[in-house]
Amino acid sequence: MDHAILKVTTKILFAPIILFALYVQFHGDYGPGGGFQAGVIFAVAFILHAFCFGLEATKKALPQKALIIAMVIGLLFYAGTGVATMLLGANLLGYDAIDPESTHHAGQHYGILLVEWGVGVTVASTMLTIFYHFTGRERDIDQEDW
Amino acid sequence: MNEFHAELSPIVFLDLSLLTMLVLVAFAMLRSRHLFAVVMLSGIFSLLSASFFVSLDAVDVAFTEAAVGAGISTVLMLGGMLLTARREKPVVPGRAPVALAVTLLTGAALVYATIDMPAFGDPEAPANKYVGQAYVDETPSDIAVPNIVTAVLASYRGFDTLGETMVIFTAGIAVILLLGAGSVRGGREISDLDDQGEEKS
Repeated sequence: MDHAILKVTTKILFAPIILFALYVQFHGDYGPGGGFQAGVIFAVAFILHAFCFGLEATKKALPQKALIIAMVIGLLFYAGTGVATMLLGANLLGYDAIDPESTHHAGQHYGILLVEWGVGVTVASTMLTIFYHFTGRERDIDQEDW
Repeated sequence: MNEFHAELSPIVFLDLSLLTMLVLVAFAMLRSRHLFAVVMLSGIFSLLSASFFVSLDAVDVAFTEAAVGAGISTVLMLGGMLLTARREKPVVPGRAPVALAVTLLTGAALVYATIDMPAFGDPEAPANKYVGQAYVDETPSDIAVPNIVTAVLASYRGFDTLGETMVIFTAGIAVILLLGAGSVRGGREISDLDDQGEEKS
């Protein structure tokens, strides 16, 4: 069965959802949100895609192998920020070392942004990985099966 | 020290109605044997608790609950449901006096414990003093970030959040190992259809 309306709606909504995820990601300092929420919203865009176009089409757009690499990169990004501040002479995750000259704690802003980025990448790729594996085990569902 | 009394404002009635709806949805989930309905009701439960968190001014928590609880969990539970039967097996109603006694006793103990709790919104409550107050006081001068929740999450307790990220990473790795994705270097992918040839109905 071909759901024209759902497919068109998904195509229209996909980019705004990603944009909203990025807004939540980078606006966490100023409003509610942050890496966790942004990662989930990012994953939801692709889950919506998988619901409308089938899991195989989504896997072509965003392969599982890329997700595993993204999971590792996100976590290492977070831990790496901590190690970088140690190399700069501060404690683990002591962001003030990033910009010690600043009078308004710019280092804290940079550090939080970097760390939240790592969280977002890990959460988004992990959520999609779990989704891929749960739904990838069964053939597409028949309309009557619901 | 003066006694704090919570006002009976319209917000309290809103909270009460939201909590009542949460209880009703929980009972509906218990009663239903249709797993699809249960999954949808659990999504509604998460959305209701998200609105409850908004009325408590915990927007960050509400945001997470709405995105993770109502969004991703519902989708993952739908996916999990497809791997099993659509309906829960009917349970023969029986009498379990020990279970009833344990439940009543625990419930009574919890209700008894709430008597000692500080009033809702009490500024003298331990949750609103000490370290919580310190974060509110010092964030503008220490971190200079408008959102205190982010300051606590990513800077004051950055090490905790690193641990949380590791937990999520570990969950992903566990799912990959358990549900068989093959290896990154091109190992064989395993599917349920391989063993049985035909699909199971």
